[in-house]
Amino acid sequence: MIATTTVHSGSIVLAVAVFLACAVEMVEALTIVVAVGSTRGWRSALEGTAVALLVLGALVVALGPAIVRYVPLGTLRLVVGGLLLVFGLQWLRKAVLRASGLKAKHDEDAIFARHVEELSGTGAGRGRDATAFVVAFKGVFLEGLEVVVVVITLGTTSHDLGLAALAAAAAIVVVGAVGAAVARQLSSVPENAMKMGVGLMLVSFGTFWSGEGVGVHWPGSDLAIPVLVGVYGLGAWALVVSLRPGSAAKISALLPGAGGSANHD
Amino acid sequence: MTDPTPAVAPRNPVSRMVAAFGRFWWEFLIGDTPELFVGAVLVVGLVALVCVDHGARAWAAVLLPVLVAGLLGSSVWRAKRRGAS
Repeated sequence: MIATTTVHSGSIVLAVAVFLACAVEMVEALTIVVAVGSTRGWRSALEGTAVALLVLGALVVALGPAIVRYVPLGTLRLVVGGLLLVFGLQWLRKAVLRASGLKAKHDEDAIFARHVEELSGTGAGRGRDATAFVVAFKGVFLEGLEVVVVVITLGTTSHDLGLAALAAAAAIVVVGAVGAAVARQLSSVPENAMKMGVGLMLVSFGTFWSGEGVGVHWPGSDLAIPVLVGVYGLGAWALVVSLRPGSAAKISALLPGAGGSANHD
Repeated sequence: MTDPTPAVAPRNPVSRMVAAFGRFWWEFLIGDTPELFVGAVLVVGLVALVCVDHGARAWAAVLLPVLVAGLLGSSVWRAKRRGAS
């Protein structure tokens, strides 16, 4: 019973982490594809997108099983855990800085407008358009490479590469469908909140696997992963609150003996 | 007189691919936050040392998340001091 519960909790967190990571990157890629398609024609933009997705899928199929087969599990967990830890901390740091207002949020509208301006400069011909193909391919491939790393690392260490790949494919389908429906309103997607969620899960997986790799015995085994997500979530929230402008003045106003120094309005 | 601007030999596709591969991993792992990469290596190394001592191993499950959270906090505050890079 306990084994079933722990396997399910680990699998759910794995699927959610991969789905969100893939969805965030897909939103960024979709912005480029929509800009290319609406300015230079959809045929080549969609062909570039399809070829990039095929290449990314081939990378997962080629590398994933080979890593599982040839790399010892202890080494895999340590290396992959370290990778996820560093990668997740980068995402989380960025999300915290954006949520606290210290860093500008990712503006899909501005990115869309910039791509449209760049692509409108040269005339698009009829039929196949090499520029549209290459720009769409590069956009999807480069954004998708990070997803490939997340799918392979999380999938191989959890011994559930199929579930990780399925979650990524589901994200592509969902974001693609939503993108087709809302077209140029991708800025309404809560990208920073999704990035925060992915960062929390990557850091939690990274902590768990790198810990296992160096010999840490986690209480509750896989159940430690959702606990880590909660602990890091609280930490991130505390950081966001403390970094918001005026928070230092508000805190000092609450402290006894702070006098009238809290006049921050 | 020798030409002061020697011609740069064109790089072959293999070296270009190797350079692009290296660039990807550099950007992926280090980028503009080298402190996170170095810090994560140090944190995992420290916890590995703690785990060598069987008596202290029980604390490793608490120590690791605390150190990781501290690393994130210090990097974020560093960014704030620098004006959020």
